[in-house]
Amino acid sequence: MMKFSYFPGCTLKTRGAALDRCGRAAAEALGFALEELPEWQCCGAVYPNARDEIATRLSSVRALMAARDAGTELVTLCSACHHVIKRVNGDIRRDEDIRAKVNNYLKPEAPYAGEAEALHYLEVLRDRVGFDAVKQKVAAPLAGMKIGAYYGCLLLRPSKELAFDDPENPSVMEDLIRALGAEPVVYAMRNECCGGYVTIENPDYAKKQAQRIVDNAKALGAECLITACPLCMYNLRANTDGSLPVYYFTELLAKALGVDGEEAKQA
Amino acid sequence: MQRIGVFVCWCGSNIAATVDVEAVSQALAKEPGVVFSTNYQYMCSQTGQDMIQSKIHEYNLSAVVICSCSPRMHEATFRRTCEKAGLNPYMVEIANIREQCSWIHKDRAEATEKAVILGRAAIAKVQLNAPLTAGTSPVTKRALVIGGGIAGIQTALDIADAGFEVDIVEKEPTIGGKMTQIDKTFPTLDCAACILTPKMVDCAQNEKITIYAYSEVEAVSGFVGSFRVKIRRKARYVKEDVCTGCGLCTEKCPQKKVPNAFNLGLDTRRAIYIPFAQAVPKVATIDADYCTMLRTGKCGVCSKVCEAGAIDYKQKDEVIEREYGAIVAATGYNPISLAQFDEFAYSQSPDVVSSLEFERLMNAAGPTGGTLLRPSDGTHPKTIVFVQCVGSRCDGAEKGKPYCSKICCMYTAKHAMLCREKYPDTDVYVFYIDVRTPGKNFDEFYRRAVEEYGVHYIKGMVGKVVPENGKLKVRASDLLDGRQLHIDADMVVLAAAIEPDKSARPLATMLTASMDTNDFFTEAHPKLRPVESPTAGIFLSGACQGPKDIPETVAQAGAAASKVIGLLSKDQLTCNPCVAAPNEMMCNGCSSCEKVCPYGAITYVDKEFRGPNRTTLIRRVAQVNPAVCQGCGACTVACPSGAMDLKGFSNRQIMAEVDAICL
Repeated sequence: MMKFSYFPGCTLKTRGAALDRCGRAAAEALGFALEELPEWQCCGAVYPNARDEIATRLSSVRALMAARDAGTELVTLCSACHHVIKRVNGDIRRDEDIRAKVNNYLKPEAPYAGEAEALHYLEVLRDRVGFDAVKQKVAAPLAGMKIGAYYGCLLLRPSKELAFDDPENPSVMEDLIRALGAEPVVYAMRNECCGGYVTIENPDYAKKQAQRIVDNAKALGAECLITACPLCMYNLRANTDGSLPVYYFTELLAKALGVDGEEAKQA
Repeated sequence: MQRIGVFVCWCGSNIAATVDVEAVSQALAKEPGVVFSTNYQYMCSQTGQDMIQSKIHEYNLSAVVICSCSPRMHEATFRRTCEKAGLNPYMVEIANIREQCSWIHKDRAEATEKAVILGRAAIAKVQLNAPLTAGTSPVTKRALVIGGGIAGIQTALDIADAGFEVDIVEKEPTIGGKMTQIDKTFPTLDCAACILTPKMVDCAQNEKITIYAYSEVEAVSGFVGSFRVKIRRKARYVKEDVCTGCGLCTEKCPQKKVPNAFNLGLDTRRAIYIPFAQAVPKVATIDADYCTMLRTGKCGVCSKVCEAGAIDYKQKDEVIEREYGAIVAATGYNPISLAQFDEFAYSQSPDVVSSLEFERLMNAAGPTGGTLLRPSDGTHPKTIVFVQCVGSRCDGAEKGKPYCSKICCMYTAKHAMLCREKYPDTDVYVFYIDVRTPGKNFDEFYRRAVEEYGVHYIKGMVGKVVPENGKLKVRASDLLDGRQLHIDADMVVLAAAIEPDKSARPLATMLTASMDTNDFFTEAHPKLRPVESPTAGIFLSGACQGPKDIPETVAQAGAAASKVIGLLSKDQLTCNPCVAAPNEMMCNGCSSCEKVCPYGAITYVDKEFRGPNRTTLIRRVAQVNPAVCQGCGACTVACPSGAMDLKGFSNRQIMAEVDAICL
């Protein structure tokens, strides 16, 4: 059985519990183990763009180091955690200065040089499990459902660092939707910003932006949206007219695998 | 022991800057058998060659080693030089101290040492060289042109004009290729059909040209001068020699909903069709995927209306075999799939079209009769955005092409200009990375689009196209202004990169012709032999060798034809004498060599040998046909008893080289 270290992140313990619960259930059904890191800390929430900012990189490094010591790859579900952890890992690999400072600060038994591999859950499905294998495990195909994948801004960008999918014309979630037996709807706004934290400062603008995404997806025939990001989920639910249901991708995955938790049933 | 002369070339500074040529010639002078050693600035020059010849006489040389560039460059030159001085040309060895030494090293001492070692290996080999005599093989005086676009047509016409027979194999039902779909041509804006269709008719009427349309090359064997080619003539379900091309069947066929490939699916046609009015040959073809009769056995309308009785539902593919002296690849190009560039919403809105689709929308014989209308609602677009470099000049290996597609800048300028001329009330934007217009009258043409026709050229790329309420919201950046632009467009036209036709790769395998990483055919020399493949007898015409516009394609097609004519005008070709030869005393008849030979050059015979005590033995031994053998050496490696050897590259010679390098 494939084993991965798992970093849930704080939102997945609170508002985004469904993303977490369904992700774990689906992993079990697909035959890989997510072992939650003991005593994990916040990923840092926002990737520090200042190169000399070390402290906010440390918690990501701790998680990565724990995965290295466990000899497994590090999996995240939340777009933001994935973004921060993978980019910090890249910094450690590329930037000698950051690597030295981080190791000086943490003083680990074995210095960390980026040995661990940070993966998003979707990457595990695509590259480790394989969508063909997912398809075979689907117990209740979502036949006839037209689903729009909503990527948002963080999941795939910057593409050279995240090396995940083409951020302008992605296909990973569409391929997943196909594997679940549903029909993906490609719409232009799928990789645009959901409004993000603008909702705090300028809720009107955030509403306009989120509604534009929903309208565009509806115009191309989507019946619901899926996302991997708790903040996108918030904006697409709270800042729109609610005409399009929004789910975490793990919810529909669990549902198709026949292991859905209570959230998906409610939906 | 040979009397060897060593000639070290400076190649100007190409070699001399990195390799101490004087030291090399002095070091090699001490090698066994070397009776003369020198160096000179340009060994390939007339003076250099004269020197080699005079030294051959002066020192009575029996073998020559030239330390210079790659043998691919000048081996033939130096062999000729020595032959003129009375030496067997195969007594010449080249030590490549340029491509494999001076060009790739920086350290002078190390490069010099390596040059000496390479020279020593060549000397060791030439010690064991034996004079070889080339045989001859006959030339079949007929050429095959694969692909019937403007490239193939021009090549065929030029070859036929010189009096040789030419066959054109075209996979589509008609010849003409991409140019038939184009409306106007840059930079003169003359109509593509008007200049192309007379050439198509010329092909059909030329006695020397045979057109195999709706056919594909299936297998190629043989070698330069005598290729054997199997051609699959796909079933049209219409007798080509009986059909008069009246077109009645294409009007009466009840199956009307077939996407019209000629118009890139922008409209529909019938299941039996003639691609366009000027098709050559002008005969109908049944599309087996859509024909009700072929699918269900019920219909037969076309057969009933055909007065000539040309319909034959039972027609089968036919494979014919022909012999050719030369083969020309003219397989052309296609625009890339836009599936990977959906940020421009190609799959999301019918009003986002490719440039070739736009050509059809502007063409009088196209789906809209030449009136520019939006595919979605049939209205006139008022704002049109052209996006250049879609998939061209991409940096990533996973998406798009690294090269410039070369033709897009000019055809986009043409499209923009035609839009403004026909519909002066339209706003036309062109987004570009660079405008590249190096060609006769090209830049003038582009400037006319900007200055006289008022096309808005904006340096920058479109980031996203969002279809919204019937409009296409175009988001782009203006790099010169440093601004974000939002344009509400009615139509977006994508200048998709071009790539070699998918049939080129399998064809290259059949022809053993080499290709680059982008599947363009490789030329024998990028500057000096641009229309020949490195494989003898294979020539390249048009965009299968690299992106080209029509004038360039026609020029290259003519050049390829002249090379073919040069080949076909010979009665005999000199064969490569470096072929495999078995030592019959060692051969045990195991067939290993026969199995690995890619050219079918090896057969087995039962031969009589003298046994002990005046008896005779019959033994099965290998025989090589020297006219078919290409000297690849596969058999020499496969032979378990070491009986097979390659003349000029014998195992002893190779081992002597290895010893000279390693010991």
